[in-house]
Amino acid sequence: MTKEMNLEERFQAYVDGENKVEPKDWMPEKYRKTLIRQISQHAHSEVVGMLPEANWITRAPSLRRKVALLAKVQDEAGHGLYLYSAAETLGADRMDMVDDLLTGKAKYSSIFNYPTPTWADIGAIGWLVDGAAIANQVMLCRTSYGPYSRAMVRICKEESFHQRQGYEILMTLAQGTPEQKQMAQDALNRWWWPSLMMFGPTDDNSPNSAQSMKWKIKRKSNDELRQEFIDKTIPQAEYLGLSVPDPDLKWNEERGHYDFGTIDWEEFYQVIKGNGKCNKQRLRARQEAHAKGEWVREAANAYAEKQAVRKAKEGSAA
Amino acid sequence: MSSKDNWKIWEIFIRSRNGLSHKHVGSLHAPDAEMAIKNARDVYTRRSEGVSIWVVPSEAITASSPDEAEPLFTPSDDKVYRHPTFYEIPDEVGHM
Repeated sequence: MTKEMNLEERFQAYVDGENKVEPKDWMPEKYRKTLIRQISQHAHSEVVGMLPEANWITRAPSLRRKVALLAKVQDEAGHGLYLYSAAETLGADRMDMVDDLLTGKAKYSSIFNYPTPTWADIGAIGWLVDGAAIANQVMLCRTSYGPYSRAMVRICKEESFHQRQGYEILMTLAQGTPEQKQMAQDALNRWWWPSLMMFGPTDDNSPNSAQSMKWKIKRKSNDELRQEFIDKTIPQAEYLGLSVPDPDLKWNEERGHYDFGTIDWEEFYQVIKGNGKCNKQRLRARQEAHAKGEWVREAANAYAEKQAVRKAKEGSAA
Repeated sequence: MSSKDNWKIWEIFIRSRNGLSHKHVGSLHAPDAEMAIKNARDVYTRRSEGVSIWVVPSEAITASSPDEAEPLFTPSDDKVYRHPTFYEIPDEVGHM
């Protein structure tokens, strides 16, 4: 017991010294579990995050938009893979994680349970959803767990293109016909609040945050990140000539930040519980994709086995 | 629901350009080495990050243990005479 205590104290001192924890280092069991949960949820979010956008690949308005969207969706798949790998360094099993997603046991970011009825939604996702994700991920580049931090550095480098392509889409619409501008405004209206919810509950309602901050898994609180995102995004909305759907939003000279209205947390918890517009649809799409890929996995296995046998024969013949 | 695959974990090393060493970039799953290289291309070189890929089964790597870090690495800490600045050479001699 005391030995364990000592180890935990040493671990805390090590982390406090801004040192990175690597896979084989001793770590508290709860640190490991927290990270596995967080990293796998993050991975699932990247994977499910492909779905709302994939919806528009075949209907992108130009070839330029289509190749960009394809590349972005492919990046999201890659990001999911970096993150699953990072979770595996902690002893998590890849197929268990995939199973947890497919059976609905694991969570992913609730934002992806909202629908994308118009092309402007693709712009809003890139600008706002990726923008919010970037705020979180930039912070996570400095997380105390080495493999997670390295995955985040790679991801952040790639995300910047995502946000810019989204903003460019909305800019084009905002400078287009009145109908197009309205389409952009409508997308902003629908994505604004869910984007703010992406940072999670307020600090006083986020019981696990304190420990994560202490272990330097997180470096900033939910509310800090949310405020940062709002401060950064409002001028970008103004440039587009669009307004965010919040009558209480106004610049607070004294604080040096924007004040904003109350978030509808009831909606947030409803979507987490599975009652969002697309929860069922997203899960079904993942399950179908996995089932339809079964023959590919089988074929790859059969080919690998055949090649191994052939190689062994050649080896013994020589 | 999903059948457990028996795909190995591969560690991926990329040479970003000739003249530099291969560097570890992460890992992935693949049924064999050939597929590991193809997957590595898609996962780790989407933006011209490399000119050459090595894939190594994770299980083939033997790593030193963090518990042994002290006996392994501290002996070199007190051998300052292994560094050039240990030796005093007059300025007149010039750069050496």
